Amino acid sequence: MEDDSVFYTDRSGRITSNPLLDELPSYQSLLYRRKQPIAGTKRRKESRGRSSLSGSGKWSVSTVNRIEERQKSQMEQRAIRELPISMAEKRRHKEQRLGEHQGLSSWGQWRQNTRRSLKRLRDDAREIFSSMKLWRRDIHQIEGMFGTGILSYFSFLRFLVALNLIIFLLMFSLVMLPIIVAPHASGNVTYNQRDGGNCSIYPSTARRGLVNFHQHISDLLSGEGFLEQTLLFYGYYKVDKIHFPKVNSTYNLALAYLLATVAYLLLSLFWIVKRSATGFKRHLVQDEDRFQSFCNKIFAGWDCCISNENAAKLKRSSLLYELKTDLEEERIKQKIAERTRKDKCRIYFLRAVLNLFVIGVLAACFYGIYVATNLSQEAEISKTKVNFITDLIYEYLPSIVITLANFITPLLFSVIINYEDYSPAFEIRFTLMRCVFMRLTSIGVLLFSLWSKITYCGKDKSCGCGYNHELYSCWETRVGQEMYKLTIFDFIIIAAVTLFVEFPRKLIVKYSQCGLAKWWGQQEFAIPQNVLEIVYGQTICWIGTFFCPMLPAICTIKYFFIFYIKKVSLIKNCRPATRPFRASSSHFFFLVVLLIGLFLASLPIAVSLAQISCSKACGPFVNYTTSWEVLPVTVSQMPEGAKKLLFALSSEAFAVSFFVVTCLAMFYVIALAGAHKRVINQLREQLATEGRDKRFLIQKLCQAQNNQPVKRSKFQPRSPRSPSSPSYHTSFSSNVSESVFLAHSPPKSSTNV
Amino acid sequence: MGNKQTIFTDEQLDAYQDCTFFTRKEILRLHSRYHELAPHLVPMDYTNEPDCKLPLALIVDMPELKENPFRNRIVESFSEDGMGNLSFNEFVDMFSVLSEMAPRELKAIYAFKIYDFNVDNYLCKEDLEKTLNRLTKEELTPEEVELVCEKTIEEADLDGDNKLSYADFENMISRAPDFLSTFHIRI
Repeated sequence: MEDDSVFYTDRSGRITSNPLLDELPSYQSLLYRRKQPIAGTKRRKESRGRSSLSGSGKWSVSTVNRIEERQKSQMEQRAIRELPISMAEKRRHKEQRLGEHQGLSSWGQWRQNTRRSLKRLRDDAREIFSSMKLWRRDIHQIEGMFGTGILSYFSFLRFLVALNLIIFLLMFSLVMLPIIVAPHASGNVTYNQRDGGNCSIYPSTARRGLVNFHQHISDLLSGEGFLEQTLLFYGYYKVDKIHFPKVNSTYNLALAYLLATVAYLLLSLFWIVKRSATGFKRHLVQDEDRFQSFCNKIFAGWDCCISNENAAKLKRSSLLYELKTDLEEERIKQKIAERTRKDKCRIYFLRAVLNLFVIGVLAACFYGIYVATNLSQEAEISKTKVNFITDLIYEYLPSIVITLANFITPLLFSVIINYEDYSPAFEIRFTLMRCVFMRLTSIGVLLFSLWSKITYCGKDKSCGCGYNHELYSCWETRVGQEMYKLTIFDFIIIAAVTLFVEFPRKLIVKYSQCGLAKWWGQQEFAIPQNVLEIVYGQTICWIGTFFCPMLPAICTIKYFFIFYIKKVSLIKNCRPATRPFRASSSHFFFLVVLLIGLFLASLPIAVSLAQISCSKACGPFVNYTTSWEVLPVTVSQMPEGAKKLLFALSSEAFAVSFFVVTCLAMFYVIALAGAHKRVINQLREQLATEGRDKRFLIQKLCQAQNNQPVKRSKFQPRSPRSPSSPSYHTSFSSNVSESVFLAHSPPKSSTNV
Repeated sequence: MGNKQTIFTDEQLDAYQDCTFFTRKEILRLHSRYHELAPHLVPMDYTNEPDCKLPLALIVDMPELKENPFRNRIVESFSEDGMGNLSFNEFVDMFSVLSEMAPRELKAIYAFKIYDFNVDNYLCKEDLEKTLNRLTKEELTPEEVELVCEKTIEEADLDGDNKLSYADFENMISRAPDFLSTFHIRI
């Protein structure tokens, strides 16, 4: 950095700025926006007072006037409340504008008035809407105590509650409501025919005879018995079409069921993408430009919402930790740059070995889930009852294994990553990605093992009905039951861990003097793990809604209770993580993981709809081979015109041209982004050069002024139009030698670097 | 809070609604908060615009500001006399700028003022050091402080004068993702 010899001190040693710099239009526009500064510094109050300069008097008057006019017109465009001026000035502005509006025609006035009242209406509506938001006070409390990082977790939870509610309303109105309403609206329900073949035998699962109390509990927890043939599961919806003679129309329930499934998946996708759009834009910008970690932490690091002393202490320590980590990262980056070839080989070899180990662990977990599912299914089919608890364990075996795997693997991953020698930020992200992968694929493995059993009919036989109808007369209900069990178990585990692990831990740490307890420490509210938990639950909900239409309602209630459980646990047991999770990137991260869950959830549904034959004994699709077949059959029954249009839309020609057009649009947008980036770089360089030019010119100007100090003071009239800070004018005009001097050998202390 | 409040005239409330980001209810609530800071000083009746200023010490004691390391600077930046004495107008102004709905540009202007400790229109190294020390309560070693300040100036300084002018600051803040959510006080 070259010394800027432009800045100097006056006699008292304080740094004052060059008066010429104050005249620059850019500085003036800034000043006009600022409020009155502290009286101690030598600044003039109004820009109008500038006009009585001596040597630069002529040009300054006109420039100042022009600047004022330009700024005035700029300010008029903006709303009054967005102006950075004091309240008194704002009210003066408002009155001024009001006065101007009186001069407008009646049409103009009416327009202004309507605009203002619309704005008021919008503000009031926004206030009412935000006061209706669920859990506003609770979230406010959490924000004050823990800051915005943890707050993002809870607002994410609130979003999921809303999403599940909407999905349930969709399914309810399209699928359940017609069935419920049919008898009352005198609709004729056509049930699916039983063709009498082997495939359509569906043994009743209602319990006969005297039923023990614990049978009911076991049924409630596993979705069997009295729950199996209810609205809860797919098997109940045996209806094909409903005729409403009053309105003379037919309601095709099978089609509605299929379309509702597709609709809720698309709805979730659109809603999540819309929510993540702002975060994504910010994320892109952040990644492209120079990495701004330090500036962001210093100027935007302190969460002004914090009002709790403990939280403030925590925030301070977490900021400290972040800064130290960043400095550490810089050091590590340098270390990485200095790695020798031998080091690199060793590290890559180590990483390969460790990744193989990770893959091995994952494979072992998946195999465990597969075996557990098989065991559980065989126990159910063989129907030998040992006792209540063992039966329940067999039912829940897949869930137990999945939960255990999801508990052990993150610990393992966080130990392994220490040996892989990545930078700290990358370590966190990589561990998280591994955990996400583990959680979401375990559901996939469960489903895969279920399907392999459903479509397996014997060693060399092919399945008569397309699936194993002897063991699974209604396989969709069975899959729905598994999803139901997973949901219930997930909820039980979350509640149990809070009650039986976190509370005792807090009590032990608080009251025990043992060193081990102190080392273990209080529970940390680890945001990533908690988010993964609820994304896992949501993925199950998405997969399960097709097979168990009431699952979204169950999930809504589940998340509702989880909110309160987590809130109490947070306030009573936990301290926030010392490894902070930034609010901005965290929101984006949650939605990305949710999107991954959504894509992984649509795969099994797509396979069930299109590939596996639907059961012939239950459900709305008995008359079709696969569930998807409803759609082509319905289309073929539509009128000619619509049929032609739909065929055209699904033909290859249309698909290919659509694909080509999308590619072209994408290329255009990418080219545009590249051009913008180039322009930004050019402008940045220009800014730097302009700054240097400015300083150089001012230097020269000062030199020039310096050469004629005596003449100036003689011809300088005492200006009557200097209302305030006369010291300024005197210093410039008469005491030039005092205040305006160019330090030829600039003292190092004078520049404020 | 019915229609019968006598604290402000309708025109005053109107003006407040236009000049700040608050609704009528919120302005009345703010007035009660301002009043309870010094019940004997602050009149309940503001219809004739009394000239009443509360000193800095009372305002930084508010629960919303108590834990903020920059509370003194925040209050000083919004006060007319620069010493931190706020009239009700300035009080409302402060919370309006710090509210959720104030735009980024407005917040950036005031943030620059807040971080500019020596009020010279530049964020020089001393300003940055003071900011950092307030943030971390001086738990960083002097070398680390030096390093962080250097890196900050390196990241944000565009015109190469080794300190941050308002243009540099605004450019940097527009790309800081956390700014809008952290520079926000809920009242």
